[in-house]
Amino acid sequence: MSAQGPALGERQRAAIEERGPGPVGVTLSVNGEERSLEIEPRVSLLDALREHLELTGAKKGCDQGTCGACTVRVDDRRVLACLTLAMTCEGREVTTVEGLAEHGELHAMQRAFIAEDAFQCGYCTPGQIMSAVALLEEGHAGDDAEIKEWMSGNLCRCAAYPHIRAAIRSVRDGQRR
Amino acid sequence: MRPITYARAADAATAIAAVSADPGSAFLAGGTTEVDLLRQNVLTPRHLIDINDLPLNSIEPQPDGALRIGALARMSDVAADPLVRERYPMIAQALELGASAQLRHMASMGGNMMQRVRCSYFRDAESPCNKREPGTGCPAIEGVSRGHAVLGVSEHCVATHPSDVAVALAALQARVHTQGPGEETHAYAFDDFFLLPGSTPDREHPLAHGELITAIEVPAVPVARRSLYLKVRDRESYEFALVSVAAALSLVDGTIADVRLALGGVATRPWRAMHAEDFLIGAVAQRANFEQAARVELSTARPTPMNAFKVELAQRAMVRALETLANGSPA
Repeated sequence: MSAQGPALGERQRAAIEERGPGPVGVTLSVNGEERSLEIEPRVSLLDALREHLELTGAKKGCDQGTCGACTVRVDDRRVLACLTLAMTCEGREVTTVEGLAEHGELHAMQRAFIAEDAFQCGYCTPGQIMSAVALLEEGHAGDDAEIKEWMSGNLCRCAAYPHIRAAIRSVRDGQRR
Repeated sequence: MRPITYARAADAATAIAAVSADPGSAFLAGGTTEVDLLRQNVLTPRHLIDINDLPLNSIEPQPDGALRIGALARMSDVAADPLVRERYPMIAQALELGASAQLRHMASMGGNMMQRVRCSYFRDAESPCNKREPGTGCPAIEGVSRGHAVLGVSEHCVATHPSDVAVALAALQARVHTQGPGEETHAYAFDDFFLLPGSTPDREHPLAHGELITAIEVPAVPVARRSLYLKVRDRESYEFALVSVAAALSLVDGTIADVRLALGGVATRPWRAMHAEDFLIGAVAQRANFEQAARVELSTARPTPMNAFKVELAQRAMVRALETLANGSPA
């Protein structure tokens, strides 16, 4: 571990609060609940969720923004938790796959993934479901080609893609009715 | 990842002062490149200044017909903007053909201009790399270079500029607005903003340390209303370009009245195809002229054995883009 560089100058310190590099107290709003944790600023949102808050739904597939298994929602947008530093989410609302169900009832997309058999090993599934819910809200599920393109950030090594699209279609069509 | 400190800035002047004061500090916007490269010890700032709260995310038409895009506007916001889609289809297409939906929600326009190359030697902190550690050499030239550049290369670096939207912005001659530590502002012509590698591939931009991009200004370019972005890649989505073309074309009685062309995936910077444009202005809009223009542009290409295919592929992509526009199906 290399030594730390000089801290910010006095003038800058007065204008801006520098935190870290050691563990600092952070409050995150996750699935509607205020959660307090002690983390270093270098901790990703994904590690904060999995290692500190025991929310292991979001998966660590690649940890470099290429697989989509860590997809969660920050405010109203689907993002990659592995490339998001946890501290940047203070004051924002984080939703993980654990927060989709309401009153013990699975979200329609979760039910559709089960009904359509939209997974084999299941590792990418939480990311697929978080992405699929956002996809419908974004209005990019018009046809299969559009679903394919706008879900391309979520890889599935079991290649369950046709069933994932079927699940998305079924929720889309259920909404239309 | 090395330990870092974190601070969230509420205004631009504070953020700029904080980064300017310390060479070990860096701005943090969308983080899609920066966090990745921090984790791999390719970037080594010790202090991050989060600029995501700065009010720099609006997209505003200007009185002179230009469109000013705030540096913190996200790729997805810009792609969805009605004025962008109407006036500059090539920008919206380039954005939507880049990265994934999640990354487009995160990545900012300013950050897109500052994104680092995808060269695997640059991104491996163990490899020599003139861009990462000046003077250590370039293993790509004799190594795995299939994705590397054929235009604007030097004996010190052949890394391809990875951005899609910067290719469209190069064709449109956008301007990059910045603010420096004394609150002074500067507007860079797009051509001046991206430096050729030459003997200093570590210098990619003319920016001073702590100088912050505040906006990208796209001038009124009437021909861009009929424009497209064509991207050729190894897989259909979520992949960087092997070759890409941003093109706009207007014809009068079958003759080319105005044209804009820029190339991606083949050059060390977003590559405005000036030679091809010069050849095409006033020429008859026919395939033979498109082919000749493409040949002229690629005549200075310096490929490696592994990426020589890009020279032909780039020419074919240019011809296809121009034919598509000439045949009246712009988008």
